[in-house]
Amino acid sequence: MKNGLHHRRRNLKSNFAYALCALATITALIPLILILAYVVFQGAGALNIDFFTQLPKPVGETGGGMGNAIIGSLMLIGIASVVGLPLGILAGTFLAEYRSPRLSWTVRLLADILSGVPSIIIGVFVYTLLVLTMKRFSALAGGVALAILMLPTVARTTEEMLRMVPDSLREASLALGISRWRTIVSIVIKTAGGGIMTGVMLALARIAGETAPLLFTALNSRTWPTGLDKPVASLPVQIYTYAIAPYADWHQQAWAGSLVLVLIVLILSVGSKLYFGRKMRRVR
Amino acid sequence: MGGSINTTGLSALYGGVTAVEDINIEIPANQITALIGPSGCGKSTFLRCLNRMHELVPGARCSGKVIWDGKDIYAPEVDATEIRRGIGMVFQKPNPFPLMSIADNVSAGLRLAGMKRNKALMNETVERSLKMAALWDEVKNKLDKPGGSLSGGQQQRLCIARALAVEPDIILMDEPCSALDPASTQKIEDTMDKLKEKFTIVIVTHNMQQAARVSDFTGFLLTRETGEPGRLIEFGSTSKIFTMPDHKETENYITGRFG
Repeated sequence: MKNGLHHRRRNLKSNFAYALCALATITALIPLILILAYVVFQGAGALNIDFFTQLPKPVGETGGGMGNAIIGSLMLIGIASVVGLPLGILAGTFLAEYRSPRLSWTVRLLADILSGVPSIIIGVFVYTLLVLTMKRFSALAGGVALAILMLPTVARTTEEMLRMVPDSLREASLALGISRWRTIVSIVIKTAGGGIMTGVMLALARIAGETAPLLFTALNSRTWPTGLDKPVASLPVQIYTYAIAPYADWHQQAWAGSLVLVLIVLILSVGSKLYFGRKMRRVR
Repeated sequence: MGGSINTTGLSALYGGVTAVEDINIEIPANQITALIGPSGCGKSTFLRCLNRMHELVPGARCSGKVIWDGKDIYAPEVDATEIRRGIGMVFQKPNPFPLMSIADNVSAGLRLAGMKRNKALMNETVERSLKMAALWDEVKNKLDKPGGSLSGGQQQRLCIARALAVEPDIILMDEPCSALDPASTQKIEDTMDKLKEKFTIVIVTHNMQQAARVSDFTGFLLTRETGEPGRLIEFGSTSKIFTMPDHKETENYITGRFG
């Protein structure tokens, strides 16, 4: 009899805790859903072919688009990838494969510190390093700033994915007389490839929306991109410029730009998880 | 193909702890030598010293000499990677490369250890190795399927084929059947018997019946007290070890009084 009562009380507590967790999860998801819904609602109206293919029009004229900002953003992501991905993946490989305790601890600490530096500070740093020395704002500087932002994420994700590859595979490869470096490249990295790509896509999704560092480096532009050593427009900066202006037409365009940016981020994040996640599951 | 390997005064340490001490053994060419003994006596540790895998554990090292093909594999000018091409290993838990095809798994050692071969020669080697490992008939129509899609016993035979493909002199097997069912074990034991024509085989096993069935020579290792390193108590032909051992400890182990 006594046991029955205890059972019922425990069940009640368990169900109550579960309900609380479910409620908290839903509450946490509400801002995400509201943002997505609002951006779609506000931005869908201003999306048309012109938006993707035309330059911004001068004040007073309606129409025009953010074609240059979209290309510019893609250009900046490209530069950031060329600079940041090899460095990040090599750093992550070092952390996972060459397990020298003191050096690894130091590198990991530096990566964690770097990931905590506010993005605007990184922008100012690259301003001093590249913009002042080159005596101009440039897409290159913008790309480098984004690359620095990306480094810790790519390195840590690469490290984690490589650690998930079981040691038995490394042993099997070494026992065949395959050298250490060849083992790492052709066996370990290849096996973890899907996971590393997911981490890379997520890092790219994150930097796609970074605004503050670009203000001091790539600046902005009203024309199509003209070169690596010239300023370049980007979606986040353009959205910012339009959003704080007093013209309703520009606000519309800012919403449309936000929608495009959100879509880019969604495609990168969700797409990579769906595609590469499937590949990784076969390893275990 | 196939050669002898001898150790003099071989000891293996993990940091400050000695796992096996002063092993002197002469493993004969083209024979199957079994290493038996109770759990924890250092058989696997000793085996890993023979192809310089032991030193891959941080802080681990060996002392003493291991003579193969006329030279000490621990001499300072010797490249460990070269050694491992001549002395191969099959592990307890099958570990094929999961994302590589079956054919690529077998040829992995050839492709990645810098031995350039042309396509035709590679295919021929893959077929030959899979036949030697008694796996060819079961996989010949699905050579491009991933290595991880096979059953446990098939995976282990794939690992054997992979080790055979680089044509080592000696094959070390660390309890190769302990994770497998009896049917697969039987297949692998049959394979081992045919392999000794071309290779020298050293197998660590905790299964005494397997050692008696399969091997020509047997070495018995033991830690006499807890905390002591493992030592080689006795070594001789399998029939002698199992019927008329010299040492009382060997006799006790064989008759199941401990371990």
